Amino acid sequence: MTEQENIEVLVCLGTGCESAKSDRLFDALKEQVKKGKLESRVEIKRIGCHGLCEQGPVIAIEPEGLFYCQVKPEDIEKIVESHFKNGIPISDLYYESPSGERIAHYKDIPFYSRQHRVVLKNSGHIDPANMDDYIAQGGYKGLERALKEMTPEDVVEELQKSGLRGRGGAGFPVGLKWKLGRNSPGDKKYAICNADEGDPGAFMDGSILTADPHSVLEGLSICAYAIGADEAYVYVRHEYPSSVAALKKALKDSYERGHLGKNIFGSGFDLEIHLMEGAGAFVCGEETALMASIEGKRGMPRPRPPFPTESGLWGKPTVINNVKSLANSSIILREGWEWFKSIGTEGSSGTAIFSLTGKVKNTGLVEVPMGATLRNIIFDVGGGVKEDRSFKAVQTGGPAGGCLPADKLDLPVDFDSLKEAGAIMGSGGMIVMDETTCMVDVARYFLSFTQQESCGKCTPCRMGTLQMLRILDKIREGRGEDGDIEKLLELCDTVVSGSLCGLGQNAPNPVLTTIQYFRREYESHIKDKLCPSMVCRNLVKFTIDPDKCIGCTACKRICPTGAVQGERDEVHTIDESLCIKCGACFEVCPPKADAVLKVPAFEKGGAQ
Amino acid sequence: MLQAFSGFSEEHNVSSYYLSQRFYEPIWPSGFMLDPSSAELLQHQVIPMLQEIQEQFGYIPCEAVDWLAQKLKISKQEIFGVATFYNHFRLNPPGKHEIKVCLGTACHVGGGEKLLDTIAEKLGINPGETTADGRFNLERVACVGACALAPAVVLDDDVHGRMTQRSLKRLLDKVQKEE
Repeated sequence: MTEQENIEVLVCLGTGCESAKSDRLFDALKEQVKKGKLESRVEIKRIGCHGLCEQGPVIAIEPEGLFYCQVKPEDIEKIVESHFKNGIPISDLYYESPSGERIAHYKDIPFYSRQHRVVLKNSGHIDPANMDDYIAQGGYKGLERALKEMTPEDVVEELQKSGLRGRGGAGFPVGLKWKLGRNSPGDKKYAICNADEGDPGAFMDGSILTADPHSVLEGLSICAYAIGADEAYVYVRHEYPSSVAALKKALKDSYERGHLGKNIFGSGFDLEIHLMEGAGAFVCGEETALMASIEGKRGMPRPRPPFPTESGLWGKPTVINNVKSLANSSIILREGWEWFKSIGTEGSSGTAIFSLTGKVKNTGLVEVPMGATLRNIIFDVGGGVKEDRSFKAVQTGGPAGGCLPADKLDLPVDFDSLKEAGAIMGSGGMIVMDETTCMVDVARYFLSFTQQESCGKCTPCRMGTLQMLRILDKIREGRGEDGDIEKLLELCDTVVSGSLCGLGQNAPNPVLTTIQYFRREYESHIKDKLCPSMVCRNLVKFTIDPDKCIGCTACKRICPTGAVQGERDEVHTIDESLCIKCGACFEVCPPKADAVLKVPAFEKGGAQ
Repeated sequence: MLQAFSGFSEEHNVSSYYLSQRFYEPIWPSGFMLDPSSAELLQHQVIPMLQEIQEQFGYIPCEAVDWLAQKLKISKQEIFGVATFYNHFRLNPPGKHEIKVCLGTACHVGGGEKLLDTIAEKLGINPGETTADGRFNLERVACVGACALAPAVVLDDDVHGRMTQRSLKRLLDKVQKEE
């Protein structure tokens, strides 16, 4: 065996890769490395999200920076034998670009090379369970600097100069929030990390907590020091068991090392951080609802003012920050505000993190400087639309965000531009939609989510969203009437202006933006009873072309309701009265026959 | 949901309280002192305790609410209010197998709703219900974070990604046959 350098094998255990059973890879690697007696120079580590979830499960080999995609447990033996033992990497497992080229190093993959990773720098590179890994990357330098060299006022000023805006969605300046918290009178104050990321299709906060929990704890400690709190809470979503586990481990280690507890870094500053698991209520992402939940009550928002900085948890001054805001704060304290300010745009400094999902080629975790355009994110980093279909819309900001059409692709992504276009930055979900997505259906989907999650406290949100949902259902089911769009707009206005918290105030955004940019689709549903994308099920029907049907019974076997009739080798038919329009027959009809057709249920003009 | 609690007042009696003592007492955090002066701290325990109870029993039995109310010196109604507010808590026993269909945005766009309909049709239950034989319960969930694998179906904590009607049928057939 030739002399070879030590290598580190990083197995991604982010949500995407974990769902694709990457833990089995970890076990297989352990076993094979042991079998090959390579333990002395091959170190296997579990990492958090590496980013390119689409290609999961992924394995990175350091220090070379090699990247294996879609690894299966049976590949492991080959990797250990050929690569680790004999130094010959397996090129078949490299990333394959759309043009068919194999790329060995992740740094060369456009998905990574077009990003600017600041907060996600450690994600997927360090072992989240090992505090030393984080410290080796400069971790806890920011806290040390704050505690040893700066007064709390200095810290607040540093944050204010950096221009960091809250990453939870609204974009309130973090430094100003801390200043308000600092200046509030009171001997007992709280700092809270809001990790109740409930947006469907968003997994950034969970990923950061799983991949780099100490960066968030460090940020929270800095925040507590700045405002003068000696107790802090991390409110984390119960549905993220891996984040909860990573946080528990990180907290335990921090206490043991004295980075938490009494007299941190010998500065006389005491801090205790508690972990609180949420219980699955979307509205608890709202700060006053979150505090009610920590207090053990129903998580309902209350009117502001008084703002939490004056009267928050148990009536004490409280500062609540999002996971990404806190992770950014640690970096600002470590690198200085000038450095941070140099990234991004004038009004929005730093980077934006998105979980890029939907009909996009490279689903994953993406970090770009503020001011990058939607086109940069979706086409350069994301690789464009899946199956090269045409791009229709992109939805940002979760269920309370808006849908932007193709002509907004050159919009720079920052807090203000997105808001102007009708969408919001939100906490960072970005969902790409193609021509097969129906915008009425999408608007209804988001609204049904907010409607269900409405806590019911204030009437505009509770009743307004319900009425809107009913109108959208009507349109979707082909019962739309003239004037429905106007009614929707009027209701939107009421709900936006009359709701108590951000959930209600932003709930109409998907409806408003889809009407603004895709009004034609609504009209086609209402007037022609036609869903242009063939999604709305009452407006489509499935039929079998008798000339093409080969009688293979594939559709008959899969139909969950027994709506398909006909014997083997005979032409099949679909009984429409039994059909639930799940599309299973359409999916399984063999391509050589292509006999199941999806057609509009109504002739143009509404006649069936 | 209310149905599960309809026996709340009638069936509740002294013996059920003693029964609950035996069952739920071990859940109580050891060393947790009741400090009557701090009602806040007691209330603060409601959600973690409900989580612990659900962890142990798979759901929140009504005797447990009773017991918790006694322990925390809070009314049963208030605890019931909290338990019904949060989606995570369930008030009836889960099925032997739990099927969760992800309806996060990526999964919705990928056809998650149709998968849900198919499963509901096959099992003959609506989301949120358990089959009469207690074998399956079906849930719709907002996002399991496996957006790269959309649409996803979770069977007993095992995520099955990129589901099609065909792979769904295979999965259901397999698990139904297993018993």
